[in-house]
Amino acid sequence: MRMLKINNLKAKIEDKAILNGINLEVKAGEVHAIMGPNGSGKSTLASVLAGREEFEVTDGSIEYLGSDLLEKDPDERAREGIFLAFQYPVEIPGVSTTNFLKTALNQIRQHKGQDPLDAVSFLKMMKEKMKLVEIDQSLLSRSLNEGFSGGEKKRNEIFQMAMLEPKLAILDETDSGLDIDALRIVAGGVNKLKTKDNATIVVTHYQRLLDYIVPDYVHVLYNGRIVKSGNKDLALELEEKGYDWIKETADSATA
Amino acid sequence: MSKDNQILEEFTNSDYKYGFESNFESESAPKGLNEDIIRFISAKKEEPEWLLEWRMKAFRHWLTLKEPKWHNVKYPEIDYQDIIYYAAPKQKVKPKSLDEVDPELLDTFKKLGISLEEQKRLSGVAVDAVIDSVSVATTFKDKLGDLGIIFCSFSEAVQEHPELVKKYLGSVVPQNDNYFSALNSAVFSDGSFCYIPKGVRCPMELSTYFRINAANTGQFERTLIIAEEGSYVSYLEGCTAPMRDENQLHAAVVEIYAAKDAEVKYSTVQNWYPGDKQGKGGIYNFVTKRGICAGDNSKISWTQVETGSAVTWKYPSCILKGDNSIGEFYSVAVTNNFQQADTGTKMIHIGKNTKSRIVSKGVSAGKSQNSYRGLVKVMKRAENARNFSQCDSLLMGDKCGAHTFPYIESDNSSAQIEHEATTSKIGEDQIFYCNQRGISEEDAVALIVNGYCKEVLNQLPMEFAVEAQKLLALTLEGSVG
Repeated sequence: MRMLKINNLKAKIEDKAILNGINLEVKAGEVHAIMGPNGSGKSTLASVLAGREEFEVTDGSIEYLGSDLLEKDPDERAREGIFLAFQYPVEIPGVSTTNFLKTALNQIRQHKGQDPLDAVSFLKMMKEKMKLVEIDQSLLSRSLNEGFSGGEKKRNEIFQMAMLEPKLAILDETDSGLDIDALRIVAGGVNKLKTKDNATIVVTHYQRLLDYIVPDYVHVLYNGRIVKSGNKDLALELEEKGYDWIKETADSATA
Repeated sequence: MSKDNQILEEFTNSDYKYGFESNFESESAPKGLNEDIIRFISAKKEEPEWLLEWRMKAFRHWLTLKEPKWHNVKYPEIDYQDIIYYAAPKQKVKPKSLDEVDPELLDTFKKLGISLEEQKRLSGVAVDAVIDSVSVATTFKDKLGDLGIIFCSFSEAVQEHPELVKKYLGSVVPQNDNYFSALNSAVFSDGSFCYIPKGVRCPMELSTYFRINAANTGQFERTLIIAEEGSYVSYLEGCTAPMRDENQLHAAVVEIYAAKDAEVKYSTVQNWYPGDKQGKGGIYNFVTKRGICAGDNSKISWTQVETGSAVTWKYPSCILKGDNSIGEFYSVAVTNNFQQADTGTKMIHIGKNTKSRIVSKGVSAGKSQNSYRGLVKVMKRAENARNFSQCDSLLMGDKCGAHTFPYIESDNSSAQIEHEATTSKIGEDQIFYCNQRGISEEDAVALIVNGYCKEVLNQLPMEFAVEAQKLLALTLEGSVG
């Protein structure tokens, strides 16, 4: 089943064009990796999918589950199953992860026409999902992301993903700032959440995350375009040859 | 317009939920203020001669005073001769139970979500309901009576316990303390009286709901709480008022006396009509609240959630006279549209080893102005006095203002005084993060504001905390169109 179809997507921030015609199709059950050098537009693509307003879409379309995604507000997109694991999760003082997630989950449930979860069922669900990312209860009662280490923040993002059960998860540089143990735990969580009905887009600069989350497709983004697509071997090739190889090929093609 | 601004612009669109008026008859004094009016009030209440004299003394002093202008609020000149100083709902016989209470009054409480039956049945809170200026229902009196606790209307206390009233009235806030307290002393209509005898721990939260009703009626409440040696009481005050075009003046006085080892917790949720989106109407809330930790090891704690009123002028204070006594002030003040608040506290350290703690959280939105004004004063003999103050301001949008005026005066070099202050804005990043998890903008703002105020809300008794959270959410209702 086709989940996402991005067609000739162009976007800018202020007067700077960042995405210059992205085409991408994602089906349920697939894992796509978006790689590319710094400044190639990877995070912008993730932000545009989530509906961040500071990026203006100037051309193209995004179809998500058969409807026009760009028409929808960020909260509506989230309720319909789009989840963004942030590269830099924000702190919300005085609001615990538990309280935050309960609010989020119940709004999503309401959108689906379900009753809100009572406290007991919610806590039971939390306990189960906590195991997936080996996250500690005490962390969840603290203010959201406040004083969390880099690894704790990322783990918390994946924990939220586990709780909200999205259809399309976008992981934006989830590996950045993680040591190898944290990386293994976070990636393990993502893998356990994978089903035939959901899809994942992994945005990353480095290949190492892809040792743990094995992608079905790898796309290389450069200057706001996908310049090369392939299977997981492409990531290994990139690791070996570096991004200069892609840059040269792409630059000579446009020249 | 950025999303942030848009949300906060629309914040303005939430209407005052409690704007309705009940139609029970009042028996009012004519407009204006003079000695005859004060005699009228005193006679109406069948007061003893000494109290009339006390009022007169206050009135004569008030005539010599000028309205204060040092605060950071602006409002049109108040015509004190254009105000009705006494209005009481007509009631032939005093009700013995709720069945005898005016059904319309009960209905008013239901609209406010504080039906007395519910209060009695569910929360175990004894409510002394003040509508306009006369108490009409007092509950749980017998139960409290067994412990020797007196919890009644001020008028009743004047009749039944004149010796206590005479001893403590004006002992914390003297008649000549300030312009508004002098006015209150002259014309106060009713209020609550609370006496906790030695060694008694009050088993329930004592609660009063105030409500301003008849048009053009100034509301001049007088509250007196006396906690004898080793006693404890938690007192709740919650307020809502119906929608009005004319500005209404409210000048209340609250006095708290804490003897040795006594502890008093005083919590307020204030949600009076703030005026409309253009800044028309609303309550002028000029309140003098002060407590004295008279005995050693006593403690007074003020917690307030202020969301209402067009103009707020209020500084709940503690005089830390007893050695080792403790004063606390926890405050959330939210202003929106054209609301103005100048609020804070005074902590006066007199005794040795006295401690005070101030946590103030201001939230300004719309075109409002929100000021924190606080004084920490350490007197000469207050050895080892300690104070910690934290004053945070949260701005929503770019048309509002937040101001902090901390005053510190220390005459004792052993004092330790700490002051922390922050100013922040609700970030688009925070709102987007919430949105991305499926939380609407309106709920995101409520969530963030509640989180920001948590330290203060945590100080409130459970039932009140829930109400306060709802109130914050309600104030933010309509923030997204």
